Amino acid sequence: MAVCIAVIAKENYPLYIRSVPTQNELKFHYTVHTSLDVVEEKISAVGKALGDQRELYLGLLYPTEDYKVYGYVTNSKVKFVIVVDSSNTSLRDNEIRSMFRKLHNSFTDVMCNPFHNPGDTIQSKAFDGIVSGMMVQTA
Amino acid sequence: MDQESGAASAGSFISLNEHEQRYYSGLHGLCQADTSGKLSSSKVAELFKASQLPPESLHKVTEVCGAKRLGYFGTSQFYVALKLLAAAQSGLPIRLESITANLPLPRFVGLKNEPEMRYSTVPPSMDAQGAQCGSALGSLIWTTADRNTFRHLEAGTDKKEPWSPPRSPCSSPPRSPLTYRSYPYAKQRNGVDPQIAYESKHSSRPIVQLEQHSSPSKYGTKPTVEHPAMAQASSVERLEQQGVSDYTEDDPWRITEEQLEYYTNQFKSLQPDLGALILGAVAKNFFTKSKLPIPELSHIWELSDVDRDGALTFSEFCTAFHLIVARKNGYPLPETLPPSLRPGFMQHEEDIPDTPESAGPLIVFEHPGRRLNQMDPSTMQRLQPSLTSTKQDLKEESSKQDVKMLATSQDKETLQLGAFPERPEPPQDLDPQMKTKTRPRSYSSTSIEDAMKKAEEPPTPPPRPQKTHSRASSLDLNKLFQQGAPGVKGGWLLPPPALPPRPTASQVTHFIGTSEKSVQSKVQQPNFADFSHFREEEESSVKPEDQGPHSRFGLSTEDLTNPSKQDMTAASHNQPPQKPVRRKYLPESQNLETVPPPAVPFPPPAKPPQKLLPRQKKEIQQAIRKNRETNAVLTRLNSELQQQLKVVHKERVTLESQLELLRPLAST
Repeated sequence: MAVCIAVIAKENYPLYIRSVPTQNELKFHYTVHTSLDVVEEKISAVGKALGDQRELYLGLLYPTEDYKVYGYVTNSKVKFVIVVDSSNTSLRDNEIRSMFRKLHNSFTDVMCNPFHNPGDTIQSKAFDGIVSGMMVQTA
Repeated sequence: MDQESGAASAGSFISLNEHEQRYYSGLHGLCQADTSGKLSSSKVAELFKASQLPPESLHKVTEVCGAKRLGYFGTSQFYVALKLLAAAQSGLPIRLESITANLPLPRFVGLKNEPEMRYSTVPPSMDAQGAQCGSALGSLIWTTADRNTFRHLEAGTDKKEPWSPPRSPCSSPPRSPLTYRSYPYAKQRNGVDPQIAYESKHSSRPIVQLEQHSSPSKYGTKPTVEHPAMAQASSVERLEQQGVSDYTEDDPWRITEEQLEYYTNQFKSLQPDLGALILGAVAKNFFTKSKLPIPELSHIWELSDVDRDGALTFSEFCTAFHLIVARKNGYPLPETLPPSLRPGFMQHEEDIPDTPESAGPLIVFEHPGRRLNQMDPSTMQRLQPSLTSTKQDLKEESSKQDVKMLATSQDKETLQLGAFPERPEPPQDLDPQMKTKTRPRSYSSTSIEDAMKKAEEPPTPPPRPQKTHSRASSLDLNKLFQQGAPGVKGGWLLPPPALPPRPTASQVTHFIGTSEKSVQSKVQQPNFADFSHFREEEESSVKPEDQGPHSRFGLSTEDLTNPSKQDMTAASHNQPPQKPVRRKYLPESQNLETVPPPAVPFPPPAKPPQKLLPRQKKEIQQAIRKNRETNAVLTRLNSELQQQLKVVHKERVTLESQLELLRPLAST
């Protein structure tokens, strides 16, 4: 269960950020922003190998004492970032991958909507629903 | 409320029919009732003046309805007064007794041409009302749910009526239900807006102006603004009045026939082929004209595009359109699709499906069951209308047989084409399944499966109906049905004949397997022969039946068994998998049903096992035919794949040659 989920556009501005303990939003925003550097680094590291076979799932970007940050990049350079609580050790890699896959699918649904302009913030209720389902259920 | 007035009102309320209720409530709102229920007397006076009755009649009306005594117009007095006005306008004396008569609706601002003429019969008055309300519909553009606007516009824009008649033919009838639907919907009248918005491209400004002009007194500004909207609305209202009488459902999410027709027309305007898709951009432009906010449109899209392919099929389009209309009427957007808007439901209502095209895949599905996974859900959706259409086109029994056979050949999952009552559920099952399906099923994919499917679709349809007609609806089944008509009403007559072969099939296959059973088969064959002879006139020209009479005369049954054996072996590998499933659909009760109908034509000697054999043969032959068709399809597939393989080979060769060229360079 994630604590914060963010979707960042290709130009590195956020399309969607949602965190569960809403009082600490700024902290998560900052975390996500700093994680972008790590994402870029990982992208460039893999990029020299033709690129099309690049793994979408980036894995654990970096851990802090409080939480872990996972990254995922789509082929259109849209980045998904999931922040999970470090105390929540039961989350396995597969689960994170499945969360990213769900995110990607619903993100694609949003993109397919002709009324959504790429670059707008994501306002789809279905997407919200998916994200809520993945967030920690407290608060 | 006074007792007398209450009695009068009670009397009037009893006689208020649906139209009147609505009309009166609208007028009631128009007169701006305050919290205590009293109507503003000035407004009432205005209304009365608009009825163009002489002042003394108006006074009389006021007196009779009890308002004069009370000093104000309550709801009941108002309604009584309205009825009295109607009575007066139709020439009846202004008295309480007149209320009980079957009156047309009272007319206001009767600058209408001939008020009396319109009161001759109800329909003309309906027309008049329609024309009146047509102008009122101009007010429908007002997003306010204010009844004042509705009734008021009608009063104010009657002079625009001359415009309405010329326009009325232009507008499409189906728009009516949308407006009439708006009536039961929380008494809001914005239903016409979408059509108006769509029809008149310049509607944006008028709508804005209308929204601003919420006061009822602005008659003058209405003309130009409302002209386009009202003109179309007038005809809509006209039909709406006719449609009012059809109003039976309370479900706002159900699409009526007229609405469906209208949606179809709109769909055709965007995309002539009903089976094709409307692309996202096209749909976006179209729905943007409805002037709904973009987030709402986005949400509507999410709800209606169930296969998530970025394009709208016909049913998706209807769903989206209907949601937009509902939203325009003030209904909040649902979070999930209402059941009546689900694709399955839509398919059920569709009478305009693309029959031949989608009848094709029905055959394709028989064999490549695994390809179901890759089939587009929208194609599957289309299959359901095709199924409905095929059922409508073909005879009921034969179509049911086809459905069953089709279902039996399909492995499982999405198309659970069982009994008809199951129809709504499979589509709903489809929904979650579709949502969980992976992306590559989108229409934009130029996958091989799509190409092959499309190639398969056109050729296969023709044989199907012929086959069924030649086989099923020809002599035997027709006679069967006639004979069994008194007994079996539900049209399940054919399926029972289809099923029973199962035990004999197993017996016959068993016979094929083991030679010791030849005796058994011979025992069966004479029965079979007797049976077939008896029914030989009904059977089509198939070898076993031809040999039926021979075997009857004691000729070797091996001749009979050989063809049947061939049939069985040919179809046996298909029979066993099909038949158990078929059995699942039709329990033994069907078997029992087979007994009475054949019992009618057949003398007592006919036993159930005997009857099963010729039917079994029919089944076999049908199965053979289907197998041949699938064979043809597969050979076509094969050839196409071969071609693609050649292309790929060529590409590979070119790439390898390039590699060869590059290698010496790299090594150096």
